[in-house]
Amino acid sequence: MSNTHHYFPHTQDDIDAMLQRCGVSGLDDLYSDVPSSLRMKAPYKLPEAMTEPELRRFFRHLDRRNETLTCFAGAGVYHHFTPAAVDSIVSRSEFMTAYTPYQPEVSQGTLQYIFEYQSMMCELTGLDVSNASLYDGSTATAEAMLMCVAAAKKKNRVLISATVNPIVAQVCGTYARWHGIAIDTIPEHDGVTSLETLEDMLGAGDVAGVILPQPNYYGIVEDFSGVSDKIHAVKALMVMNCVASTLAVLRTPAEWGADIAVGDAQSLGMPMNYGGPYLGYMCTTRALMRKMPGRIVGATTDASGKRVFVLTLQAREQHIRRDKATSNICSNQGVMALHTAVYLSLMGRDGLREVNEAGCSTMHALVQKLCAGGQMELAYPHKPYLNEALMRLKPGLSARGIIDKAAAAGILAGVEVAPDLLLVACTEMQSTEDVDAYVELVKNMNTDE
Amino acid sequence: MEKILYLPTHEYIRIEGTKGYIGISEYAAKQLGNIVYIDMPEPDDEVSAGEEFGAIESVKAASDLYSPVSGTVVAVNEALVDEPGLVGKDPMAQWIIEVEMDNLDELDGLLTPEAYAELCAHETH
Amino acid sequence: MNSELYGTLVFELSRKGRRGCAVPATEAAAGAVHRALPESLLRKEAPDMPMVDEPSAVRHYTNMSTNNFGVDTGFYPLGSCTMKYNPKINEALASSPEIAGLHPFQPAATVRGALEAYYLLQSFLSEIGGMAEFSLNPYAGAHGELTGLMVIRAYHAERGDFGRTKVIVPDSAHGTNPASAAVAGLQIVETRSMPDGTVDLDDLRSKLDESVAAVMLTNPNTTGMFERRIPEIAEAVHAAGALLYYDGANLNPMLGVARPGDMGFDVMHINLHKTFSTPHGGGGPGAGPVGVRAGLEKYLPNPRVVKHLDGSFGVISDSDSALGRVTFWLGNYTVLRRALAYILTLGADGLMHVGPFATLAANYVMNSLNDLYKQPIPGPCKHEFVFDGLLDKSTGVTTLHVAKRLLDMGFHAPTIYFPLLFHESLMVEPTETESKETLDAFIAAMRKIAEEATSRHEQLKQAPLCTPMSHPDETEAATHPKLKWKDLT
Repeated sequence: MSNTHHYFPHTQDDIDAMLQRCGVSGLDDLYSDVPSSLRMKAPYKLPEAMTEPELRRFFRHLDRRNETLTCFAGAGVYHHFTPAAVDSIVSRSEFMTAYTPYQPEVSQGTLQYIFEYQSMMCELTGLDVSNASLYDGSTATAEAMLMCVAAAKKKNRVLISATVNPIVAQVCGTYARWHGIAIDTIPEHDGVTSLETLEDMLGAGDVAGVILPQPNYYGIVEDFSGVSDKIHAVKALMVMNCVASTLAVLRTPAEWGADIAVGDAQSLGMPMNYGGPYLGYMCTTRALMRKMPGRIVGATTDASGKRVFVLTLQAREQHIRRDKATSNICSNQGVMALHTAVYLSLMGRDGLREVNEAGCSTMHALVQKLCAGGQMELAYPHKPYLNEALMRLKPGLSARGIIDKAAAAGILAGVEVAPDLLLVACTEMQSTEDVDAYVELVKNMNTDE
Repeated sequence: MEKILYLPTHEYIRIEGTKGYIGISEYAAKQLGNIVYIDMPEPDDEVSAGEEFGAIESVKAASDLYSPVSGTVVAVNEALVDEPGLVGKDPMAQWIIEVEMDNLDELDGLLTPEAYAELCAHETH
Repeated sequence: MNSELYGTLVFELSRKGRRGCAVPATEAAAGAVHRALPESLLRKEAPDMPMVDEPSAVRHYTNMSTNNFGVDTGFYPLGSCTMKYNPKINEALASSPEIAGLHPFQPAATVRGALEAYYLLQSFLSEIGGMAEFSLNPYAGAHGELTGLMVIRAYHAERGDFGRTKVIVPDSAHGTNPASAAVAGLQIVETRSMPDGTVDLDDLRSKLDESVAAVMLTNPNTTGMFERRIPEIAEAVHAAGALLYYDGANLNPMLGVARPGDMGFDVMHINLHKTFSTPHGGGGPGAGPVGVRAGLEKYLPNPRVVKHLDGSFGVISDSDSALGRVTFWLGNYTVLRRALAYILTLGADGLMHVGPFATLAANYVMNSLNDLYKQPIPGPCKHEFVFDGLLDKSTGVTTLHVAKRLLDMGFHAPTIYFPLLFHESLMVEPTETESKETLDAFIAAMRKIAEEATSRHEQLKQAPLCTPMSHPDETEAATHPKLKWKDLT
């Protein structure tokens, strides 16, 4: 076996000198406490080492078997434009190769971008306090659910709208099942949360929190007027799961009266990357900040009076509270928070609005053309939507059939919600030609079948 | 007549008739260091003997607060909301909650100042 | 470093009328949102985002990066964190335009390469862990722990054994273990450590009964010692009907030496950002794949990548026996690609050296310093070791002072005040990717500090003296939290 791999700096002389300092004659002697019955007798059954060119070829071969499609799918993950400057900053190894900023003296870079990220998320949600990020939108929602139950002390029931993204609801369901939280689903009526039923369910008592989506899974922007008062009347918390990008234009969770805003920040310019990394955001009110999971950065002053940043409110966290912590989260999505901060800095106030306007405009044009073609109609034609909508297919067409045929033509037509329901989304990334190609394809499909 | 009793978890209760003022001992305050936050119940909340009623946090430590008695919270020390550090300066004056006690017999199970002092002496070794 | 910009927030660079990028949008789009939605569903005011030009934004963040210490900057001997070198080829392969545009819900036939990458890494980790199968979904070590405990709960639940509500962890365990157990709805029972930091088997045996779901261990443990009685521990745990969980936080020294599956562990997680060299990113994104022994595969979370009989790959999202779903999709794909690249670069032979070299480095540093620092546990250690502060405690110089003085000397501090077994814990993990010269420089710095502790301890206690900032007021930060830009005014 050669030990001169380029990741190992040790020469044979180094190794000999180090062994000598340790008072042993070989590396094996350092493992004398490992019973020989447990020792590996042969190398791993794994491929031989590859050089860089071989490795690049290997990955190129893998990646060739993926197809990047013109994306009209959403369902929680959206194809947005990322300025090149974002990648350039995020890939700086001073950021990338640092650990959690336990030593503030040598971690001001990480601490400052988290502080900027927190400030921006508070602007988007309208709430007082943001943490430094959580894993993704689904786990962030589950963490919000745990937070509701922890804040309510003795109540153990959480209500979740049927119009929340089903994957988010499933993740909440998993956490709830094992943690011992009772989840009830608020039924939907005409594509939106049934607020009448919600009121009845709140009346039954023991509700710690209510989880509502915006826009909902079908792309509909729901009207939650008066809802927070009803939730607060039974001393429960209102959680809103929002698509981060849309927060720039839609009425904010704070304006709806929500106590906690959570969701995925992928829509803030993160590459889709086949599922991750994304970022779960969480914001809450000042009153609840000490119940919030995850790292939080605060500003303070140093010995010379200079403004500096530190991890703060640490007494909430697992390394101090152990089994009494609100959450087990340690690290989160570090550089994805940086990604978000740089993206939002570059988009600024106008860019984010323009992203929403472009997606909204393209989506409404697409819907109009698809409906005019006669193969689809809006599943909920009287409900307002932004950049995503649920389409009902005419008999004879299936969502699966459209998706597969479109994929063959280089288009991702959407996400199947039911055999005759297709969820379609647009962003600033689809050109008029892309839209027309999609419409044309669907039109031709009708005659195929 | 004023009487002060303790829990082994370092809470004290100062008794005035059927009212009790609950805080943390000087020993505990010293152990915690700079106190940054106290999680307190609200007036009218019920507390139970031996059960948590809140928590106290320093920069890098946190402890649950246990109630020596059962009863109803009459008041919380509002001054501690903005300035929790006051507890560290004078823990015996800066009680955390005032409780109307349900059952004075519960006091029999608490530590006298002498017994508590002995317990602290053991902990420091 | 541009000192003019030090600590300036991007909001403070904002000027009305500036913009940082051009958004692809047609003129027709202007006002589209207001046409589509009633006023009552829109926010009253636009969010107060910074308005900066691209050059200023780039300079701002580049300067910020220079106020950071990373593995690429210098030696980072943070115990239990395995801050090894993060290879650049992994970064180059992690993300590319080809994978950036892959939507998680596109048909399996259009992501065959991605699914094969998942499947390969699953099988490689299974071989390295000695497990039957891995799920790559969990996003971090703590998330893996939680998922692993849910696997264990799902296993007991399916057998109708609902009385197992406890998890036993050693008193030296990391705080995440009890926190994960609590989130999974389990109660923690601590078992005592022996003076050498290993598990007290008699104490463990006395706590094993039909209420115990699992015993969670790291091996080597948090003091860097190998649990040499692990076969007996495994036997006792299994005899009690419980499962044995391997916290992979300390897997690095075991590479090339022994496999958790062969030690008798039933479920494990691996921190890819430790052992498999993916960058820590200032606290994520990481990955915490969970592996299980044969018989437990069906409890792994949805969705799962599977290989069909015809050799094609697919995704199963709705298995009923699974513990449920713990992620949006299949985990942090670009992090997983880095780990795959690392394994392929080292290959079967290279991986055999990782553990022994990491252990050699730790023992070398420990044996070079234990005449000045208190080594509470006799060696040899594995990949990391703990000192209980300086030998000479008379000067009042603490572990905190040592750590802060190291920052002055260009090193990151070790992990301090963990494990909780010792009052002055100072935990050093050098990893296998640091040269002897670097280790010697660190040893020299630690010896100099020990010397300063005698000769000029009052000055030493003021450390750090040379960092860009020092002695932040953490009490004020936690008492009157200022958590966003607008809290500052």
